[in-house]
Amino acid sequence: MHRTGELYGQFQTMEQQRETASLGMWVFLVTEVLFFGGMFMTYTLNRSTYPDVFGEASRSIDLTLGAINTVVLIGSSLTMAMSVWASQVGKKQLVTIFLIATLILGSVFLGIKGVEYHQKFVEHHIPGLGFSFEPGASIATNAHAQLFFSLYFAMTGLHALHMIIGAGLLLWLIKQSMRGRFTPEYNTPVELVGLYWHFVDIVWIFLFPLLYLIDRH
Amino acid sequence: MLGTILTVYAATIDLNQYFSGLNIIVALVIATCKASLVVLFFMHGKYSPKRTQLVIVCSVFWLAIMLFMTMSDYLSRPWS
Repeated sequence: MHRTGELYGQFQTMEQQRETASLGMWVFLVTEVLFFGGMFMTYTLNRSTYPDVFGEASRSIDLTLGAINTVVLIGSSLTMAMSVWASQVGKKQLVTIFLIATLILGSVFLGIKGVEYHQKFVEHHIPGLGFSFEPGASIATNAHAQLFFSLYFAMTGLHALHMIIGAGLLLWLIKQSMRGRFTPEYNTPVELVGLYWHFVDIVWIFLFPLLYLIDRH
Repeated sequence: MLGTILTVYAATIDLNQYFSGLNIIVALVIATCKASLVVLFFMHGKYSPKRTQLVIVCSVFWLAIMLFMTMSDYLSRPWS
């Protein structure tokens, strides 16, 4: 069975087996590119149509929290990569430690996101019945601002959902690594979850400038 | 790796200057560099077999086509 790191039926070498697993995850990540890409397309179109309102709305989001979150997430990618490396050189305790670090950083990210969402709630910037961006401005301005915030919540919400799924995967990995399951010969689950985690990080790397840095000068 | 943390700082602080509408290009270039670093090194893209690298390039290509073609469709419409 492949779960024990032995050669599975249709594969000729272990390297081929490992590369196939990795390719499988990459192909899944390509479908995720399609998934997020659609929203980025919507964003691109709407921002080019309403650049001024989008700029105004973007300025109302807390830049400091967003920047901190970016650093936190890239840091979590670093700890994830360290975990993969540790599994490759056989340092089993480090694998667990780095996985836990990744989980902690990911949770910090989600916590800060929660704070940001709460801020938006208090400011009445959540699209829907209670939405109120600029009471004195035109209906069009408010409508376009609502468009921005719809995109903001949809895109960061989808991203946060992926983070939560990633956190669940990390928990599973931590449980397995504490049993000492990952060795230089068999560390595929760590590697694949690593790929997923890095992808979620890349999505945020693009989300951050596009949502937070529209018109700050 | 710490360089990526520095680029976040650069992206936020340097946007205080007005680059005559080129802010977004700078921000996107920085973001693309960061993403490339993550793909190449964290995700071992540089050390992957050619087949995997092709898959990665294809997804970027697909994104480029979608963004470019859709935008040119919208921008070339005489009506709103």
